[in-house]
Amino acid sequence: MFELQVTPGGNRPIYRQIIDQVRQAVATSELAVGDGLPSVRQLAEELVLNHNTVAKAYAELVREGVLESQHGRGVFVAKRRRVFSASERKRRLDQAMNVFLSEVLTLDYTPQQIEEAVAKRLDQMTGSKAEESEGD
Amino acid sequence: MREDKIAIRTRGLTRYFGQKAALRSLTLDVPRGQVSALVGHNGAGKTTLIRLLLGLLPPTRGCAELLGCDSQSLTPEVRTRVGYLAEGHFLWGWMKARDAARLQRETFPRWDQHLFDSMLKFFGVSPDSRVRQISRGQRAGVSLAMTLATDPELLVLDDPSMGLDPVARRALVEGLLAFARRDDRTILVCTHLLDDVERLADRIAIVSSGRLLVDSGLSEFRDRIGGWTLEAEFGAQQAAQIPGLIDSRQTRERTHLVVADPDSETETAVQRISGTARREELTLEDAVLAYLRPAAMVGSISDALENVR
Repeated sequence: MFELQVTPGGNRPIYRQIIDQVRQAVATSELAVGDGLPSVRQLAEELVLNHNTVAKAYAELVREGVLESQHGRGVFVAKRRRVFSASERKRRLDQAMNVFLSEVLTLDYTPQQIEEAVAKRLDQMTGSKAEESEGD
Repeated sequence: MREDKIAIRTRGLTRYFGQKAALRSLTLDVPRGQVSALVGHNGAGKTTLIRLLLGLLPPTRGCAELLGCDSQSLTPEVRTRVGYLAEGHFLWGWMKARDAARLQRETFPRWDQHLFDSMLKFFGVSPDSRVRQISRGQRAGVSLAMTLATDPELLVLDDPSMGLDPVARRALVEGLLAFARRDDRTILVCTHLLDDVERLADRIAIVSSGRLLVDSGLSEFRDRIGGWTLEAEFGAQQAAQIPGLIDSRQTRERTHLVVADPDSETETAVQRISGTARREELTLEDAVLAYLRPAAMVGSISDALENVR
C-alpha cells in the first residue's frame, strides 16, 4: 500500500515532500488512476502535520492534474490529461533537467552512461504506459 | 463577537527596560485561524512581546490588541477567550491533576471537562496523581489540558516544549494540531524547535534584538530564501554586489550565501563573482540561522533584511 513519509529538517519543505512522493507514486504506477488518497484531515493526523500543509500539497496536485477532488467523496488519482500549455511543459522539462544534470555531471559519468541509465529507468518507470499516453 | 481576521495586532510596540530596548517598534498582525511561530535568540524579546500582548507589562510606546481589545485594558471576558501557557508549565506541586482542573473550571465559563479528561489520558496522567510526582512531560500535558479545556479562541504558548523528551514533545505537537484543526482557532507559539515549526506552523515570525525581521507564510518564506555555494574569495566588496544578501558563511574552501527574493539578477551577480557557483537547497534551519547569525560579515545586512518584510 502507498504510504507517505515526511521528514522535517530536510531541504525540501514538507508540502513539497508530499507532492514529490505522490507524483512519483503515480509515475511508477504504485498509485493507479481512480485510487483514493486519505482525506486532508486523516493524512494530517497520520503524519502529525498542520492540515493546511496537506491541503496545500493536495491543491497543487489537483492543479497539476495529478489528483482530482470529487466533491464529498475525497481525493483520487486523476486520469492523465494535459493541464499545462506547451511552453509551460517545456519550461518544466528544462527546469527538471537542469537540476538533474547539474547534479549528475559532478559525478563524473560520461554522457553516454547517463543517457543509458536514464533510458533504462524510464523504461522501468513507464513500461507499457508509454504507449497509452501516445494518443493524448 | 467582532468579525476580525486578525487575532493579534501590534503597532510600533516598543518596550524599554531602563536604557535597554527589549522590543523596538514591532508591528505585527497574527491572522485568525492559523498557527504562527515566533522564533529568535534567547533574549530577543519574545517573552517581553507575549507579556505585553497579555497586558502583564505596559509598553513604553506603541500598542497591542488581543481579539480586538487593547492589551492594556483586557476585560475578564476577553481573558477567558485567551489561553496562555507560560514558560516552564507552572503548576502547584501539591495539587492533584483533578484539583488543578477544578481551579480552572471556576474561572472559565466554557470549561470542557471531557476534553480535560481525554487529554490527561492521552498524556498518561491519572486525575489522582499529584503534580509533583509526575514527569516533566506529563506536567506539560496537564498544563496544556488545563489551557485547552478552557476552550480558548486564541492560544499563546511560550516555549512549551522546553525540557521535554521527544515523546512528550510529539504529544504536545499532536495536542496543538488537534486544537488548531477546530474551527477558527489561533495559535501563537514561541519555540526554538524548528522541526516542530515545520509540523505546526502556517506562519513564521523571526525576532532578533527586539526587531521583527521576518513575518511571512512558512512556505512562502522557504520559497523566497535562496542559497548558493561558491568557491571564491568573498568579502564586503563582493557582498555589496548581491542584492538581498542576508548571510554569507565561510567553510574551508567554500562560501555559502543566503539571499532573499533571488531572481535572475541575483544569479548573474553570483555568477560574476564565481562562474562555478551552484544553487543550494536550504533547510528551514539554514534560512532561519541566516537571519539570526551576527552580521559581522555583511555590510548591507539591514537593507537585505528590510527587503523581505
